[in-house]
Amino acid sequence: MLLRHTTKEIKERKALTINPAKTCQPIGAMYAALGIHNCLPHSHGSQGCCSYHRSTLTRHYKEPVMAGTSSFTEGASVFGGQANLIQAIDTIFTVYDPDVIAVHTTCLSETIGDDIPQIARKADADGKIPGGKYVIHANTPSYVGTHVTGFATMTKAMVDYFAESKGPKIDQINIIPGYVEPSDMEEVKRILSQLGIKSVMFPDTSNVLNRPQTGRYDMFPKGGVTVEALRTTGSSRATIALGRLASGPAARALDSKCKVPCEILELPIGLLATDAFVDTLRRVCGVSVPESINNERGQLLDIITDMHQYFYGKKVGLVGDPDQLISLAEFLVSIDMWPIYVVTGTEGKKFESKIREITRDVPHEVKVVAGGDMFLFHQWIKNEPVDLMMGNTYLKYISRDEDIPFVRFGFPILDRVGHSYFPTVGYRGGMRLLEKILDALLDRNDRTSPEESFELVL
Amino acid sequence: MSTTAPVIFQERQDQIMRKGEGAFDMNCNRDSLAGAVSQRACVFCGSRVVLYPIADALHLVHGPIGCAAYTWDIRGALSSGPELHRLSFSTDLQEKDIIFGGEEKLYRALTELIDRHEPKAAFVYSTCIVGIIGDDLAAICRKVAAEKGIPVLPVQSEGFKGNKREGYGAACKAMFNLMGSGDTSGIGPLGINILGDFNLAGEIWIIRDYFERMGIQTVANITGDGRVADLQRAHGAALNVVQCSGATMELAKMMKEAFGIPFLRVSYFGVEDMAESLYQIARFFEPIAPGIMEKTKELVKGELTALYPKLQEFRRELAGKKAAIYVGGAFKAFSLVKAFRQLGMQVVLVGSQTGTEEDYKELYDITDEGTIIVDDSNPLELSSFLKEKDVDVFVGGVKERPIAYKLGVGFCDHNHERKQPLEGFIGMLNFAREIHSSVMSPVWRFVPRRKAS
Repeated sequence: MLLRHTTKEIKERKALTINPAKTCQPIGAMYAALGIHNCLPHSHGSQGCCSYHRSTLTRHYKEPVMAGTSSFTEGASVFGGQANLIQAIDTIFTVYDPDVIAVHTTCLSETIGDDIPQIARKADADGKIPGGKYVIHANTPSYVGTHVTGFATMTKAMVDYFAESKGPKIDQINIIPGYVEPSDMEEVKRILSQLGIKSVMFPDTSNVLNRPQTGRYDMFPKGGVTVEALRTTGSSRATIALGRLASGPAARALDSKCKVPCEILELPIGLLATDAFVDTLRRVCGVSVPESINNERGQLLDIITDMHQYFYGKKVGLVGDPDQLISLAEFLVSIDMWPIYVVTGTEGKKFESKIREITRDVPHEVKVVAGGDMFLFHQWIKNEPVDLMMGNTYLKYISRDEDIPFVRFGFPILDRVGHSYFPTVGYRGGMRLLEKILDALLDRNDRTSPEESFELVL
Repeated sequence: MSTTAPVIFQERQDQIMRKGEGAFDMNCNRDSLAGAVSQRACVFCGSRVVLYPIADALHLVHGPIGCAAYTWDIRGALSSGPELHRLSFSTDLQEKDIIFGGEEKLYRALTELIDRHEPKAAFVYSTCIVGIIGDDLAAICRKVAAEKGIPVLPVQSEGFKGNKREGYGAACKAMFNLMGSGDTSGIGPLGINILGDFNLAGEIWIIRDYFERMGIQTVANITGDGRVADLQRAHGAALNVVQCSGATMELAKMMKEAFGIPFLRVSYFGVEDMAESLYQIARFFEPIAPGIMEKTKELVKGELTALYPKLQEFRRELAGKKAAIYVGGAFKAFSLVKAFRQLGMQVVLVGSQTGTEEDYKELYDITDEGTIIVDDSNPLELSSFLKEKDVDVFVGGVKERPIAYKLGVGFCDHNHERKQPLEGFIGMLNFAREIHSSVMSPVWRFVPRRKAS
């Protein structure tokens, strides 16, 4: 029992996080920046931060992840990191030649008070930024927010630096996909193309972090939103933001900077949230929903119909990020499952009330906490187990110790493949989620049910 | 120094050399070039990987959540008993703590954890931000130690103070504070401490078994499957055997000075180094343990007799294949060069994140003509070397794996993510099997680069 040190008795903790259900802002900023074409993310801090983020993203996506670091030393931490950043900018443009350097700060550079725009201006004045190249930035101290807010901040920086509202409106919409997998971004684009909608998606990590084996190592992959496309976002007809926490700030920034109206939706995970997404697209873009999409919806509904008895009253424990959990909990409730434990590491009162609203008809006490951790989640399970857990790889300890079926969902997934290739958003993503849930529940049932109730046909 | 391939970074020219082209001249152990995509990590990382396998100690990371989250059980260091080290404890510093200081929070977190888990000692890791806001880590640790009656040790591992090597030093200092306090009764004249083995995939158990068969008593594992009480009485050992030179050499030196314990540098990777390590130890004890050399020879002979035919099978298929090595510490690279030679393979590239000039000199001496030797490399360089040398397998860590795979080159993780024990004689077989499984995989036949050639 790897987690034998978890106690059943729950005491309130104020000074301590055990087995976090979150990580720090910079990694989210780095992930978002990887969704810009020809962009090198840059960590303005110690070498370790950059190394950890690259390692974690590499373990999750099984792809090379490139990023620069200012490589702070003792001197930089005393006298400021300006010299390091200017040298880094020079080195990066000279050697790697990206279009964009996306700088994010760390706890160290924030606390010593480095002013990134001022340093970038200095670098420009010194001739270190070639024409047509850009240095953008996001303030992401690790002691504020989580990886999700880091993603949101860097995504908003794309608007702040690039969006323009010159000239006439363009017949396209902006899509901000949220802190989701490259496969999810690809799926959203596929749905849009089915509906015949032109769009700019940002960030877009598809074909960056799920690219094919080509026998080549490309420092800058084919995918990612281009700077030119980002410029046009200010002239789009509307913005649809998926996920309030991860995408809301960028959508609102576009609205106030370029007067592009926005609709901020939940992530399209599950039947109802995807309905809302498709319906919004239809309404905003004045298109009709094609038969192919209706068909997918029907297939998702068909699986739920065929297997509804196996979902009935199953208790589920969820750990993950707020945007994901809101949609996932709604999906589970809609198929008659009971999400009774919901933990996110990201603070926010709205999250708790939203989950309460979604689960108000669940005939069981529902525990929900924003700013919680997996130790607490495990303690809840020790007091009353669940039938299924969904969350990132770290739940595997609890799954093993408590013998509870487990579906990997969220970030990071360090021990399985598939998440970067197969989506969980949209109707087809919903079908994949159901397949995973049923596999976990029914495999368990097949393994442990007594012979007299072991069934061939389910 | 001249190079035949284009230099990617002019500034790094003297950190790359090719054997046979000019005299040995390596300018290593310098700060990474800002902006270069370095594969290096920080001081905290170094301290954390060294201390974390001590399984009955509490490991509390004082800082924002990231530092704790990214080091949560990343190494798979196994324990035969408690598993406290595999939990992630953090003070999770927030903005208000940065403004008002985190000492109070640290005190409360420590007190609560010690009450609940009753660890034998606590290590408190400092992170970048703690160094900046000036929390008095040592004072809090002293206070809690006095109140709770266990050693509470500050680890001064602020990330910006250097790279992993400085972190190893901070870890050694913290461990050294534990030593000298424990009861040494029951330790015989043939007592040793194992330094620099982290029990990845259960490796230290293999090594301990060899020592036991030689009649040697292991006093303390430092740090794989480590225990606080063992560390506290480690000064009762007659000898320190030190692997992974970077990580625990400083501790060995401190113990030599304070307790007069001599040390031997060893390596458990590869047949040659494994056997030589055992012989070195036997030679050391021979004056007081007659017959130990015979026992050791018998052990080695027995192991080799079992191993050799199996190894030959792999060698038949692997002979002539080309290998590249890029690892954290150079000491491991020495053993790997020899291990590949044992398999009939050719090492065409070898490098490390933190090697010293001495290390690179040794690499220069043991490698073949034309081998590229590199310090603190980066993905662009590594990928260009891999292509230039048409490498069949690359040995590295987590960030190198996908680069190799994208190029259509086999890979072996000789770092945190090893799944099989690679130490000892059995480890050589596992290593051969792992190399074989990757080099001979049919997948490379489908890779575009290979298809074209």
